[in-house]
Amino acid sequence: MDSVSHHSLDARNLLCPMPVIRTQEAVADLVPGEILTVRCTDPGALSDVPAWCRINGHEIVTTERNDDEINITIKVGA
Amino acid sequence: MVCGKVEVTRSVVRKPDRMNEQPKAVALISGGLDSMLAARTMLDQGVHVEGINFFTGFCVEGHTHAIRKRDKARPKRNNALWVAEQLGIKLHIVDVIEQYKDVVLNPKHGYGANLNPCLDCKGFMVHKAEEWRAQHGFDFIVTGEVIGQRPMSQRRDTMPVVAQESGAGDRLLRPLCAQLLPETLPEREGWVDRTRLHNFSGRSRKPQIQLAGQFGIDDYAQPAGGCCFLTDQAYAEKLHDLWAARGERDYELDDIMLLKVGRHLRPRPHFKIIMGREEGENRFLEGYRKQFMSMVPISHPGPLVLIDGELSDDDIELAARLAARYSQGRDAERVTFELTRQGRSRELDVTPYPANDIPREWIL
Repeated sequence: MDSVSHHSLDARNLLCPMPVIRTQEAVADLVPGEILTVRCTDPGALSDVPAWCRINGHEIVTTERNDDEINITIKVGA
Repeated sequence: MVCGKVEVTRSVVRKPDRMNEQPKAVALISGGLDSMLAARTMLDQGVHVEGINFFTGFCVEGHTHAIRKRDKARPKRNNALWVAEQLGIKLHIVDVIEQYKDVVLNPKHGYGANLNPCLDCKGFMVHKAEEWRAQHGFDFIVTGEVIGQRPMSQRRDTMPVVAQESGAGDRLLRPLCAQLLPETLPEREGWVDRTRLHNFSGRSRKPQIQLAGQFGIDDYAQPAGGCCFLTDQAYAEKLHDLWAARGERDYELDDIMLLKVGRHLRPRPHFKIIMGREEGENRFLEGYRKQFMSMVPISHPGPLVLIDGELSDDDIELAARLAARYSQGRDAERVTFELTRQGRSRELDVTPYPANDIPREWIL
């Protein structure tokens, strides 16, 4: 059974860097290994959220784009 | 305005028990070349550097490029994040939207050519960086400032003002022009080697471009400035208009974001229309339809329109006629809109406003 906590962050209709700032705030409350899915509409998030994750040691699990919505799933690093 | 001599506070000398630790600096990273070079200069001297970037709401950054299709050739990236990644440092992006209002509305040192409170802004950002530095146990602050680079905030006489009013004092190091300034704490304590800092001054970009070459940096964002909408005349005029229409100098984040997007017309003092200029802007404005009355042409392709204000039926017809002028039905006899207010929609049929009859002063 999957015991990893999954969390969701609604960052739709926010322009970058707000999705990154909200992601940063959400991740600060999580522990390593936990999963966060960020829902965005700004295409800039496709580059910014992964860039923020790379420089801060978090892993991008998946990136999905459906119509106008982008879902970026992050595994929190140590 | 700034006058007289400002003395920069000298910090207490560091205790010798930390002498062997790697010094730690927090660098203000704008995403431009200068702050990138300043941080890189510190990394080259073995300093542990982390970046900090403040989001005021007025930053030009990647989001406006992301919205507009015409800018699709430009990279859809946050340049501060990109710089941090190139340097291999962490970046902390801090939301200062609320606190920044006082800087915009009540700048102690006044505005530049438009609504840009550059000196107060720099003091505010260094102050926030100083707070962060103290909270996180870092030793000093680094900026990419260059003497004479900016007419307000980067002058020889205003640089000590920033150091003093921010509370950073001599923990503020400007690596690109440090050799032209009094010695700071990091230099006195030997955390950095003053002889390996720089002596850049003036508006020329040559020394920075040369230094970038030495570091092997060949890709960077705008060489200087252009990072804040408050320096933009058209944007400043729209903000003035907003304050005049509301009868008070204040704003919320949505207000200042919407001023960055679309075509704005104020045909009457009590209402304004915002029209998307292309698909990306229409999509962005779509997110505001719950907050505003909106209309979309259904007989012809055309812009999504947001209407800000309390409107009579005559006002609504005027708004629709103006919007029709900017639709592909501009030469048609009638254009039909779907008007939506508080979740309820109805159709509205209007004659497009004659192009030559739109007074110039309506267009913001």
